[in-house]
Amino acid sequence: MITITNIKRVGSEKTESVTIEGGLIKGWNIPEEGQVIDGQGGTVAPALIELHAHLREPGQTEKEDLSSGLAAAAAGGYGTVVSMPNTSPVVDDPAIVRSLIEKANSLGFARLRPAAALTKGQKGEELAELTYLKEAGAAMFTDDGRTNENARTLRLGLETAGSLGMVISVHAEDASLRADGVMNEGPVSEALGLPGNPAAAEAARVARDIEIVAGLHAQGVPARLHIQHLSTARALDLVRAAKAQGLPVTCEVCPHHLTLTDEALRSFDAIFKVAPPLRTQADADHLLEGLRDGSVDCLATDHAPHTRAEKERDLLDAPSGIAYIELAFPLMYTRFGETLGLDRILDLMTAAPARVMGWTEPTLDAGAKADLVVLDLTTERPVNPAEFRSKAKFTPWAGETLKGWPVLTVVDGRVAYQR
Amino acid sequence: MNAPTSMGARPPHLLDFQDWTPERLKAILDNADTMLQVLDRPVKKVPALQGLTVCNAFFENSTRTRTSFELAARRMSADVLTFAAGASSVSKGESLRDTLEVLTSYKVDAYIVRHHAAGAAHLVARYSGKPVINAGDGRRAHPTQALLDAYTIRQEYGSLEGKKVAILGDVRHSRVARSNAELLPKLGAQVVLCGPATLLPPGLARMPGVTLTTDPKEAVRGAHAVMALRLQRERMSGGFLGSLQEYADTYQVNDTLLGEAESGAIVLHPGPMNRDLEISSDAADGPQSRILKQVENGQAIRMSVLYHLLVGRN
Ligand SMILES: [Zn+2]
Repeated sequence: MITITNIKRVGSEKTESVTIEGGLIKGWNIPEEGQVIDGQGGTVAPALIELHAHLREPGQTEKEDLSSGLAAAAAGGYGTVVSMPNTSPVVDDPAIVRSLIEKANSLGFARLRPAAALTKGQKGEELAELTYLKEAGAAMFTDDGRTNENARTLRLGLETAGSLGMVISVHAEDASLRADGVMNEGPVSEALGLPGNPAAAEAARVARDIEIVAGLHAQGVPARLHIQHLSTARALDLVRAAKAQGLPVTCEVCPHHLTLTDEALRSFDAIFKVAPPLRTQADADHLLEGLRDGSVDCLATDHAPHTRAEKERDLLDAPSGIAYIELAFPLMYTRFGETLGLDRILDLMTAAPARVMGWTEPTLDAGAKADLVVLDLTTERPVNPAEFRSKAKFTPWAGETLKGWPVLTVVDGRVAYQR
Repeated sequence: MNAPTSMGARPPHLLDFQDWTPERLKAILDNADTMLQVLDRPVKKVPALQGLTVCNAFFENSTRTRTSFELAARRMSADVLTFAAGASSVSKGESLRDTLEVLTSYKVDAYIVRHHAAGAAHLVARYSGKPVINAGDGRRAHPTQALLDAYTIRQEYGSLEGKKVAILGDVRHSRVARSNAELLPKLGAQVVLCGPATLLPPGLARMPGVTLTTDPKEAVRGAHAVMALRLQRERMSGGFLGSLQEYADTYQVNDTLLGEAESGAIVLHPGPMNRDLEISSDAADGPQSRILKQVENGQAIRMSVLYHLLVGRN
């Protein structure tokens, strides 16, 4: 049994305590029992949920592994992480799903819900054994890391996953339009002489995928499509229109697409190379508006660790991805606390991802699962990558002063992180 | 050597022309006159860079450019360390930074960098802390090539002020075109970039003194210099062109097209040429051609750049 004292619930100035027993919230403000943890006056919320993280296990553990990745997630306030299946080997086998979950459970950091590949080997041609993968514990299906070039395969996948009540998430990008692009196509890419990836590569693919869902929907076939890391204004407008028609389409946006633009590439620093690429300020503003008006469903980080040596390559050769699961909430809260409000940011990182997945919405009520985070909303401190739990100890925001740092993360009633 | 203050701060590197004032650029061109005289002497060597080591760091093959830089450095009495990435650990995935650290331990005083990726020379400048000359990075910049083009035009007309320069071909993938479009307007010239729409990125029209057209006659009309860019044959498979024949019929620099230019307009090509594709043999070998002159001037320009960056630094 654990009691956390000296905490406030969002929107309340009252100092309270919460008692946890058997992985559940036992009650509020009841006599202290067992271990007592001082919440240091922090604000308590349900633990964050990450729908998009690359934990690199199996096979790429020089970049990250379950232990470093899930410890990093817990330090970022996350209680649940959906890992991407583009590992080596690809997570397209029920035995891999089972072994990942088993190992993660033994670690005691954030909870792992692995996503499984939609197609065998993520090759985009033959569907994986979706039924068995679901039974093994896969949270959703995705070929993230690859684009779904074969539209028919995606359609078959949506039919199958839909019948299983599962979401398919997609990296929506037309590979032929992207071609060899390594950054947003526009005045900056042309000035830098770097091959551009046009906004149309994303929008064209989002339009195609929405049409596939619309066709199934019209026939009464259940299918749920989640669009990952949306980066362009055009694509968001397409999602808006689809939602207005009642189509079962959701989307996520990453904090890096809200806080950085293609101007950052003028440094030629591959730390800013991501897929989809950093876009323009107009895109970022439009995405932020989407977060405000509800057309963007949730936030996700696309935590994508690489080794430092890989990121010190030139922009053509370096791999894509920024790893910052430990910073996501402080970054969002510091930059957008005033424009979006704490309630909306927390919703986008807790209940909203649960809704996308069809999971029970997390609450702090007695009887609920004891997954919670205590956030220090006032103390400002600089980002120090040397302290990261992630193996990727570098970040675009190094040295930047942020507030909203997690001080305590509890998962399944266990302390998964304590500052 | 104390430079007059009107020339602005001395840029530590030649990566592109962003930090370079017109005065500094003109000083490079003026100095090349002196270097050309050195090349005309029986003993083609001056002691300006004696005791210094210049590293030719070529992460991408280019025999011509490497030879030109190597000779330039040797004629200034520098020691030259040649690093060609093909045979090195770079192909085993060693990072650019690791490679640089090894080269730095050889006590190199300056780097000449050629790389297939735009911005790689900037990374070398950041990691090495020594003067860096960009000898071509991806499709971004090839500043010494642009300087030698400017020099060749100036040799002909005495100045670039008010001159029109037409550059034809695969502008999209050309670092030569980009660097010329950056440099020539700083020296008072107008640049017209011309090619098929698929090879002409519209955003380049934002550069000051630069216009774009897909019409070769319009590009060349009244031009004082006409430059053909090398057409990479692999552009065909990328779907950029209908056919090489279609390209040659429309955009080839030949006597007919040159008829639209100022009389006596000079013909330039960064080499190596695809004869009778982007340029006709008549134009390449004719009296208006300065293509071999460009190669000779290239050495003088590279000597001048090395001198400017390495001698008299604070
Ligand atoms: Zn992705």
